[in-house]
Amino acid sequence: MTDTLVQGTHSASSRPEGSRPGAVLRRAEARPIIEIQDVVKTFGDFVAVDQVSLTIREGELFALLGGSGCGKTTLLRMLAGFERPTAGRILIGGQDMTQVPPYDRPVNMMFQSYALFPHMSVEANVAFGLRQDSLPKAEIRDRVRQMLDLVQLGPFAKRKPHHLSGGQRQRVALARSLAKHPKVLLLDEPLAALDKKLREQTQLELVGIQERVGTTFVVVTHDQEEAMTMADRVAIMDSGRIIQVDTPHALYEYPNTRYVAEFFGTVNMFQGQLIEDEPDHILIRSDALANPVYVGHGISARGGATVWVALRPEKLAISRVQPDSPHNWDQGIVEDIVYLGGISTYHIRLDSGALARVTTQNLERMAEPDITWDDRVFVSWRHDNTVVVTG
Amino acid sequence: MKRSPVFLYAMLAFGFAFLYVPILLLILYSFNESRLVTVWGGFSLKWYAELFRNEQMLNAALVSLRVAVTSATIATVLGTLSALMMGRFGRFRGRLLFTGMITAPLVMPEVITGLSLLLLFVSLETVIGWPAGRGIDTITIAHTTFCMAYVNVVVQSRLVGLDRSVEEAAMDLGARPLKAFLVITLPMLAPALVSGWLLSFTLSLDDLVIASFVAGPASTTLPMVVFSSVRLGVTPEINALATLLVLLATATILIAAGFMWRQERERERVATKALKTERGGSHTSSSRP
Amino acid sequence: MSGAGEGPGHGLGGRPTTGARTRSIAEAAWAAAGRDGERNGHGRTRLQWLMARFGRGTVIGIPYIWLLLFFLLPFLIVLKISFAEFRIGLPPYTPLLEWIEGGYLQIKLAFGNFLFLLDDPLYVVAYLNSLKVALVSTLIALLIGYPMAYAIARASPTWRAVYLLLVILPFWTSFLIRVYAWIGILKNNGLINNALISLGLIDSPLPLLNTEVSLYIGIVYSYLPFMVLPLYATLEKMDIALIEAAADLGCRPFKAFLTVTLPLSMPGIVAGSMLVFIPAVGEFVIPDLLGGAGTLMIGKVLWSEFFNNRDWPVASAVAIAMLIFLVIPIVVFQYYQHKHAERAEES
Ligand SMILES: Nc1ncnc2c1ncn2[C@@H]1O[C@H](COP(=O)(O)OP(=O)(O)OP(=O)(O)O)[C@@H](O)[C@H]1O
Ligand SMILES: [Mg+2]
Repeated sequence: MTDTLVQGTHSASSRPEGSRPGAVLRRAEARPIIEIQDVVKTFGDFVAVDQVSLTIREGELFALLGGSGCGKTTLLRMLAGFERPTAGRILIGGQDMTQVPPYDRPVNMMFQSYALFPHMSVEANVAFGLRQDSLPKAEIRDRVRQMLDLVQLGPFAKRKPHHLSGGQRQRVALARSLAKHPKVLLLDEPLAALDKKLREQTQLELVGIQERVGTTFVVVTHDQEEAMTMADRVAIMDSGRIIQVDTPHALYEYPNTRYVAEFFGTVNMFQGQLIEDEPDHILIRSDALANPVYVGHGISARGGATVWVALRPEKLAISRVQPDSPHNWDQGIVEDIVYLGGISTYHIRLDSGALARVTTQNLERMAEPDITWDDRVFVSWRHDNTVVVTG
Repeated sequence: MKRSPVFLYAMLAFGFAFLYVPILLLILYSFNESRLVTVWGGFSLKWYAELFRNEQMLNAALVSLRVAVTSATIATVLGTLSALMMGRFGRFRGRLLFTGMITAPLVMPEVITGLSLLLLFVSLETVIGWPAGRGIDTITIAHTTFCMAYVNVVVQSRLVGLDRSVEEAAMDLGARPLKAFLVITLPMLAPALVSGWLLSFTLSLDDLVIASFVAGPASTTLPMVVFSSVRLGVTPEINALATLLVLLATATILIAAGFMWRQERERERVATKALKTERGGSHTSSSRP
Repeated sequence: MSGAGEGPGHGLGGRPTTGARTRSIAEAAWAAAGRDGERNGHGRTRLQWLMARFGRGTVIGIPYIWLLLFFLLPFLIVLKISFAEFRIGLPPYTPLLEWIEGGYLQIKLAFGNFLFLLDDPLYVVAYLNSLKVALVSTLIALLIGYPMAYAIARASPTWRAVYLLLVILPFWTSFLIRVYAWIGILKNNGLINNALISLGLIDSPLPLLNTEVSLYIGIVYSYLPFMVLPLYATLEKMDIALIEAAADLGCRPFKAFLTVTLPLSMPGIVAGSMLVFIPAVGEFVIPDLLGGAGTLMIGKVLWSEFFNNRDWPVASAVAIAMLIFLVIPIVVFQYYQHKHAERAEES
């Protein structure tokens, strides 16, 4: 699936926090649990999901990320069985589930609105799924107790959902959907209804729970940071299509399209032309940048083609000293400085008129920043920190 | 999710057939030449002609219209005032009693309302000499009393849905309460006032029982005439009258619905346009229509 | 700021209208006026204060007086007359003064109307029969109305609007005429009997009109829309995700309906049932036109007591009895129902 254009060397710099490369390696060989094959879903003549193929492995925490209306929920609902694909097949645990109704699928869903039954207590909500399987009463009681302990809601068992806080409701929904030990848990924007602080805390809790129960999680989100924090792998969707599937690290460092680069993190994007295309390096000329861009490896595009140079703000360096290289630098005026505590972002108006955003770390408490408003500065970057995308 | 809707739609069809077949039959037979309901004697408008020659029926219709217009209007005013009291005045002395009195007519059997009002009018007449005899006025008062309860419900539910802050903003910007009410609240309540009025009008036009109690010998309403002739047997003129009333109601409802539909469409159009620009503009916008 | 509205409670324009005063005084008046500022006249002119006071008085006064006069007073009179005695004349009851002078014996006689209601089984039977008829009609209306409401709530928005229109439309046409329509259908040489005879299914007409069947048809037919509308309102509001969640947790559609949809639509069921039950109990027109001479329903009994027997005191006593055994329980039930719903909504 991933066909990254740039094969640069791995730089040790800034791996996004929270992603778990260890887990990825451990699960790389795991069996596929969900196989989505050429699935299409149309509503009337509107194509909501367009030729999606995707494999999700057992035990993985997989995120579907994309803007509003890109078809994430529709895809998830097809996995749960609420929507039938217009074309294509869905396999769960190796079995074709395309035509199986939701109540016979070995997956459970945690709804965005939680969809807790308002007329049932927390306990009854969690027990609901188990009751459908006609398990013995004692076993149901044990499982409910276990689940409530897992989400730390033991003392609230007898309450009705509307007597709970938002975060507690979210946990009831989680417990309810996990109670049946599904093969896969589908979560549609599980944290969207929580406030920022609680959301961040819950993200990690959710990851912890997932690791403990070992269930495959498929999480829908439109929050890029959330996907980074939680997921082993992320699929980026746009207009019903999957653009790229990869680990958060790979998506950040090796985006395969302009869309992914821009969607996943902040980026400085400059349009340019390929002027030199050798197997071991390329040169790009951009109207926005005074000097050509040099990249130390080839790409699969023809000479003269339009390409984009994507530069992450933290990969840029600013200085008052002119770099002594013919490539990969430019100069401009400091237009704005945004102080964010741990880092500062400099907005540099390049001489071409383009804007470059540069972040620097504030490592010293007492340090006087030596670069300030209206200073003339040089912006430079290492060639192996340069990402080039073609579309 | 697919569920088998066959049963549901069968019930829906059955329900609508149940509701509409009798009405459609009435309309059909209003054009029947024959006097017998079950025999089709050919198309004819003679029952309409007869209806319009029926002096008693026409007079009764006029009485009913007069009563309906007057009582609907008074009931709208009084019902709106009550709704404002209930919705915006917080506590006042005797609120509980008032709440009881304004809601009770909704659950009161018509025979009780009719009887009690008649006894009131009779007693008042013996004590203070008013009302002198019974007639249009007493019917109007009776209808106003139960209609205002309905208007109160309609207006109050609209009042609850209104955004208080708009009113408060007006006052904050210097409008006095009365002015804020007239310029801001009243226009926002207008749809409720219209439906309250129409509801009262219909209820008044439709009432047989209460009017029968409080009407005098000289003031017979349309339902009273219909009732007495129906009791005597089926008369095809009533079919013609029914057809006219059904057409009138349908036309009113369709016009109102068409009007609302147009507004809805307009709103939708604006919404889709906004959505299109939003989707075209940026991928990362996160709002949904 | 929530309790008192455009009443004077709001320090009535305190801020903008007192240009001459210092801002702080106005501010203080504004604050002091608060919720219950009736007595807080500072910060506004006397005229405004009077107007506000008068305005509020008018708003409260007119409907209040109207209802006292034309709703409460009539019941007191009914109560009084129910203790009076029948006599031939106008008004056809013994005057109030007489039984005050008459003393003990007269007062005891006056209770006679109520004793009479208990004595003659007609009244008790009519009362119980009204309850039965109303209850059965409500159940039938529920059985027909629930699937209709469900189907409407699940239809596409355009169709939903059309269906709703179709449900509401009969309400705007004459009730009396719709009941009358059934006479033509149900009577001996009516549509159904003629059709059955011409199909050769029966030889002589079935007695349909003036039976229990026609009575139930009439009531259900007249009040079906009142059942459908509140049911539709609750079903439409219900979050589809709840049913999906049930299905997701392994619940088959019919069971999901029983365990989730039905309990959650209870408010609609109660509201719709009340809207059918209440008018059905006191109904006069339908039993009179479709129910035949033998139908005993309390509304009809009151009517004939009044119009045919011209016995105003007994009619009043029937009314009072209806009030006590019918209306008051309904009102109390509704009150608690309402409170319950409110509490549920609050939390
Ligand atoms: N039942 C439906 N009928 C018609 N169109 C639908 C239906 N469900 C979804 N769509 C359309 O399909 C597209 C994708 O919807 P979907 O709910 O999957 O988006 P999403 O990625 O989950 O967005 P969000 O982040 O806003 O939840 C949207 O344009 C939506 O309007
Ligand atoms: Mg969604």
